[in-house]
Amino acid sequence: MSKQKLTPEQQEYKEKIKPLQPKPPYLLNVAKAFLVGGLICAIGQGISNFYLTFFNFNEQTVGNPTVATLILIAALLTGFGVYDKIGQFAGAGSIVPVTGFANAVTSAALEHKSEGLVLGVATNLFKLAGAVIVFGAVSAYIVGMLRYLFQMWF
Amino acid sequence: MKLTGKQTWTFSKELYIASTGTAVGPEEAAGPLGETYDLTFKELHCGQDNWELAERHLLEQSINICLQKAEKQPEDVDLFLSGDLINQTVIANYTARQNKIPFLGMFGACSTSMETLALGAALIDGGFANHVLTAVSSHNATAERQFRYPTEYGGQKPDTATYTVTGAGASLVGTEPSPIKITSATIGRVMDLGISDPFDMGSAMAPAAADTIATHFNDTGRTPTDYDLIITGDLSSVGTPILKQLLQEKKFDISSNHQDCGLLVYRPDQPVFAGGSGCACSAVVTYGHLLEELRNGKLKKILVVATGALMNPMMIQQKETIPTIAHGVVLEASSKGGHE
Amino acid sequence: MEYLLAFIVGGLICVVGQLLMDFCKLTPAHVTSSFVVAGALLDGFGLYDQLIQFAGAGATVPITSFGHSLLHGAMAEAEQHGFIGIAMGIFQLTSAGISSAILFGFIVAVLFKPKG
Repeated sequence: MSKQKLTPEQQEYKEKIKPLQPKPPYLLNVAKAFLVGGLICAIGQGISNFYLTFFNFNEQTVGNPTVATLILIAALLTGFGVYDKIGQFAGAGSIVPVTGFANAVTSAALEHKSEGLVLGVATNLFKLAGAVIVFGAVSAYIVGMLRYLFQMWF
Repeated sequence: MKLTGKQTWTFSKELYIASTGTAVGPEEAAGPLGETYDLTFKELHCGQDNWELAERHLLEQSINICLQKAEKQPEDVDLFLSGDLINQTVIANYTARQNKIPFLGMFGACSTSMETLALGAALIDGGFANHVLTAVSSHNATAERQFRYPTEYGGQKPDTATYTVTGAGASLVGTEPSPIKITSATIGRVMDLGISDPFDMGSAMAPAAADTIATHFNDTGRTPTDYDLIITGDLSSVGTPILKQLLQEKKFDISSNHQDCGLLVYRPDQPVFAGGSGCACSAVVTYGHLLEELRNGKLKKILVVATGALMNPMMIQQKETIPTIAHGVVLEASSKGGHE
Repeated sequence: MEYLLAFIVGGLICVVGQLLMDFCKLTPAHVTSSFVVAGALLDGFGLYDQLIQFAGAGATVPITSFGHSLLHGAMAEAEQHGFIGIAMGIFQLTSAGISSAILFGFIVAVLFKPKG
């Protein structure tokens, strides 16, 4: 994946070692990601239904408390040292759901606790998860602007 | 001539490892060599408040044990050569602040173990010191947070990844006879065969190990059969077959007497992916298990080749490929002296 | 039935992420960033709402819904204030997610110690 130009010797080496390198277990990884990712979403569905039934939320607004609850659970699992084990098992299955976002925030904050609350925890909170917010905001702005212009002209 | 061939140093004085000290964390203590370490910790924090302090504690303890065994005080040591994996080798620097021994900080990534030992021996041989203390450390969590992700982050590592050994190894080199002799060392060249995946150190470092080992044979005129054991630092189960093939191409067959510290330090069923890595990987296996085998006569002459990947995360993110190095040291059983 | 749909659709979105990681060697940060952009794009064409209609939490729990919510907030504000509203509304609907991540992340970091 390197952007650097490889020399013929380097290319030859990469080809040569290919048969000696273990392949990722593609199928197994996909199955595990599907199972765990699906499970997290099904749990999310359960939390949604809970808020719909017992609190004053509707289909449009129930996303907020659901996401917040999942984030709380993921943050706690990170604190107890469980989420990294789930992550090694599930791969994208526990990275793609919003719980993965919470894990990225919490784990970075927790890891930098030794440098203090301000320069450690607070400064590093979005070290990993910040990219999601940046790309989300920028892309939402661009798409929003395009859609706005589109609606104006047509 | 002390310089033999192009890259090999043959020591003219009789140089010995007077004593060694090893301290490791829980995963290593549970490994097959658990009995061979001087000190083991049940918990990754080693009773300290943060990871860096834990690694420093390991390094300090390994040094204390090493000096105690040789019945020496820090003042008796002329030079302290030490390094680790953390930025600016702070673990070694801050340890040197405590013991006040004249200090040279060294960095060769995971090859630092043999880099310090080779240079320590050479400085004694050159008459610049009488006793040199060499020590290295690595810690799984300090390495994770610096090179990869926070320790609690839920990323998925591939099977080619390695598991950084939590531990420290120290050795005291001098001229008083002991059962372990240091006879020569081969200093490696930096190799880069285009691997850029930081989760595949074995493939990146195998060419460096192959180059150093082949150079050692060419420089000295020896062959693989001259050694009971040729042991690499942390090539893991990925780099080991590559090394054997690369040396086969150069007409050196090491398939019968090669082992890798990264594969010895853990059981296959431990959650360590392709095997162990880190400065401490080669250090604790060599200074514990291998020296014991030399002492009890099971091994007579071994070549320890510690391998290192000389990168940092910034270079990886800038899409650079990984430069690697390997340094070899020859250790021999000696019939002379020693009270151990 | 809604649980099954949430499971299958949510699981499939994660499978796409896994394939990007294993075959294209993308890091988790690259995968999640791309997914947020994808969510915003899909919402730009009005498709993500249909997915939520169909799969419920299967579409709201994956990080793609973050992009969708960002755009939704922006467009709602744009209705009232014109194009200036886009910037004003971006974080309107995602406030719960971001603020709870900050809050809980901070609290856990204060209370716990990394286990390694």
